Amino acid sequence: MEFLSTLINGLSLGGRYAMIALGYTMVYGIAKMLNFAHGDIIMVGAYTIYIFMAMNQPLIAIIAAIFVCVLFGVLIEKIAYKPLRGASPLAVLITAIGVSYLLQSLAQIIFGSANKMVNGYEFGMVKFLGADIQVSELITLGAATAVMAALTLFVKYTRTGRAMIAVSEDKGAAQLMGINVNKIIMITFAIGSALAALAGLFYLFKSPSVSNNLGAMPGIKAFTAAVIGGIGSIPGAMLGGLLLGIIESVSYKISAIAPYTDAIEFFILIVILLIRPTGFLGKKRREKV
Amino acid sequence: MNIKKIKWNHYINYIVIGIFTVVLTVMSLNGPLNSSLLFLLEKVAISIILAVSLSLVVGFLGELSLGHAGFMCVGAYLGGKVSALLVPSLGNGIAAFLISLAVGAGVAALCGVIIGIPALRLRGDYLAIVTLAFGEIVKSVFQNTSKETFGGAIGLNTPRYDKKYLFIIAFTLVLVTLAIIQNFIRSKHGRAVTAIRDNEIAARATGINVTKYKLITFTLSATFAGIAGVLYSYSNYTVQSAKFGYNYSIEILVMVVLGGMGKINGSIIAATLITYLNTKLATVLTGDLAVLQNLFYALILIVIVIYNNAPALKQFRNRYDVSAILKKIFKHRSDPSHVKDDAQKWDVVPTKIEMNEVLSVDMVPPEMKDYNKGNGGKK
Repeated sequence: MEFLSTLINGLSLGGRYAMIALGYTMVYGIAKMLNFAHGDIIMVGAYTIYIFMAMNQPLIAIIAAIFVCVLFGVLIEKIAYKPLRGASPLAVLITAIGVSYLLQSLAQIIFGSANKMVNGYEFGMVKFLGADIQVSELITLGAATAVMAALTLFVKYTRTGRAMIAVSEDKGAAQLMGINVNKIIMITFAIGSALAALAGLFYLFKSPSVSNNLGAMPGIKAFTAAVIGGIGSIPGAMLGGLLLGIIESVSYKISAIAPYTDAIEFFILIVILLIRPTGFLGKKRREKV
Repeated sequence: MNIKKIKWNHYINYIVIGIFTVVLTVMSLNGPLNSSLLFLLEKVAISIILAVSLSLVVGFLGELSLGHAGFMCVGAYLGGKVSALLVPSLGNGIAAFLISLAVGAGVAALCGVIIGIPALRLRGDYLAIVTLAFGEIVKSVFQNTSKETFGGAIGLNTPRYDKKYLFIIAFTLVLVTLAIIQNFIRSKHGRAVTAIRDNEIAARATGINVTKYKLITFTLSATFAGIAGVLYSYSNYTVQSAKFGYNYSIEILVMVVLGGMGKINGSIIAATLITYLNTKLATVLTGDLAVLQNLFYALILIVIVIYNNAPALKQFRNRYDVSAILKKIFKHRSDPSHVKDDAQKWDVVPTKIEMNEVLSVDMVPPEMKDYNKGNGGKK
C-alpha cells in the first residue's frame, strides 16, 4: 500500500504547511504585510523544545514553545513592524527579511552551527490497511485538522475573530467602529506564532534535528501554499497546504523528479500566480487610487 | 531633484572609478600587484555591478527582487561553460571572454524576461516570493546537472583569466554598467520607471506603458547580474551553485539598502565597503563567529529601513538630514535673488508633496476660524 502511506505522509506534511500558511495568511490579511520572519518563529519554537527536552519535560516543552513563540511574534511586531505602519510596503518587506536574518544568526550564535538532536517524541509505527504508517504522522494530521477547525470557529463566532475580519476588510472603518486595530494586529501575530510553535513541534516529530535554518525553507513553502490557496483566506491556506504537501510527497516518490522537488513546487507557484494571481480561494481586489 | 545635480552625481562615479582604475593599472605595470589585492578588486567590481543593477529594480522600479543571485548564477554557469569550451580552441584571450560574456548576459537576460512576465501582474510581496522561488529553482537545477554538463554539486571548473589584467576588464565593465544604467535612469524611459514606482496607477493614466517598462527594467537588471556572473566565473576556479543562494541575494540587497535606495553612488560605496569588510572579517571571524557578519547585515537592514521610513521619525529625519543641513550652510547658492531665469526656480520645487503637509497649511478664511473655535461664527 505504497499509495496510502504516500497519501498520509503528504497529508501530514500538508498539515504542517497549512499550520504555517495560516500564520502567513492571517498576518497578510490583517496587517497587509508578508511576515518573512514567520518561518523563523518555527525555528525559535524548535529550539525551545530542544532546551526543555534536554531536561526531559515533553509536555512543558510544548507549552513553553508556544509561550516563547508568542512572545517573539508580539515583540517582533512591536519593535520592527509597528514603527513602519503607514510606510511603503517595500520598507516593511525589507525589515521583515532583516528580522528573519537576525533570528537565524542569533540562533546560530547562541546554539552554534551544529544540528541539535531532540529525542523523546517517538511513537512507532502502526499497520493500517497493510501500509506502514508512522503514528507521529497521524498525530500531526489529527492535531492540524483540530487546530484549523478551532481557528475557523474562532474567527467566525467570537468577538475578536469577527473584529479580525473587520480589520482585514477595512482598517479605518474598523477603527471607527470601536475596534482596537493595534490590539487585533497583536493578537493575529500571537495566534500565528502559536501555530508556528506547533508546526515546529510537528517538524521535530518528522526529523529530530534542529538547526538555525530549520524554518526558512518550510516558511517559504508555506507561503507558497498560502498563495496557491489564496492569500488572506483561512480555508485557502488549508487547501493550499494540503495540496502542496501531497505534491511534495508524490514528487519525492518518483525517483526521476525527486531531486527537483523544490523546483517543481516553486514552478507551480509561478504558474498559479500567472494564471490566477489571487489563488484558488482568494478574493479579487481592485486597486483604487 | 535638480537636473544639474543629477548629472554631477553621475559624472563623479565615472571620474572616481576611472581614476582608480588608471592608478591601479599604472601600479600593476611597475610590478604585479599582490594577488589577494587583485582578488579583492575583482570581487569589488562584481559587487558594484550587482548592487547597481539591483538598485535599478529596488531603488528605481520600487519592486523587491530576492533572486538577483539566481541571475548571477545563470551568468556564471553559462559564461563559465562557454569559456571552458572555447579556451582550448581560441586561447584564453579577450575573444573567448567576450563570447562567454555575451552568452552569459544573454541567457540571464532571457531569464529576466521569463521572470519579468509574472512581475507584470504582481506587485510587492508576491513578486519578492516569485524572484526568491526563481533563485531556488536555478540553484536546484544546476545542482542536479550531470558531471559532464555543469558539474552538479561539485561545481563547474572554469578557466581563469590572466590575473594581472582581469581587474582592468572588471572595472571597465563597471564603467560600462554605470554608463548604461545611469543613462537609462536619466532618459525618458528611466523617468517612466520612477513614475511607476511613485504611483503605478497615475503613471498608467499618463500613458506610460507599465508592462513594457517593468519588463525592460527587469531584463536590464538581470543582464548585468549575468555579466557579474561571467566575471565571477573568470575570477574563480569553480562555480558552485550553493554560493548563489538566498543569502547572497540578501547580501546584495544590504548593499543597496545601505547605500540608500535610488542612489547609484551610494550603492557603489556600500558595495565596496561591504565587500572589503567581508574579506577582512573572514580572516578575523572564523568558525562560529562568522555568523556575526550576518547579524551585522540583519541589523543594518532593520535599523536603516526603520530610520528612513518610519512615519514617527519623520521630524527627526528632517532635523538631522545631512543634505538639508548642507543646503542651509550654502544657502546663498540657492538664494532666489541671484536667480534671473524664472525657470530655474522650478528645479527646486519638490516633485512629491506630502498630503499632511498640504493639509496643515492654514487655508481657513478668517471668519471661518471663529466658527471653528465653536462660537458658531458669531463675532
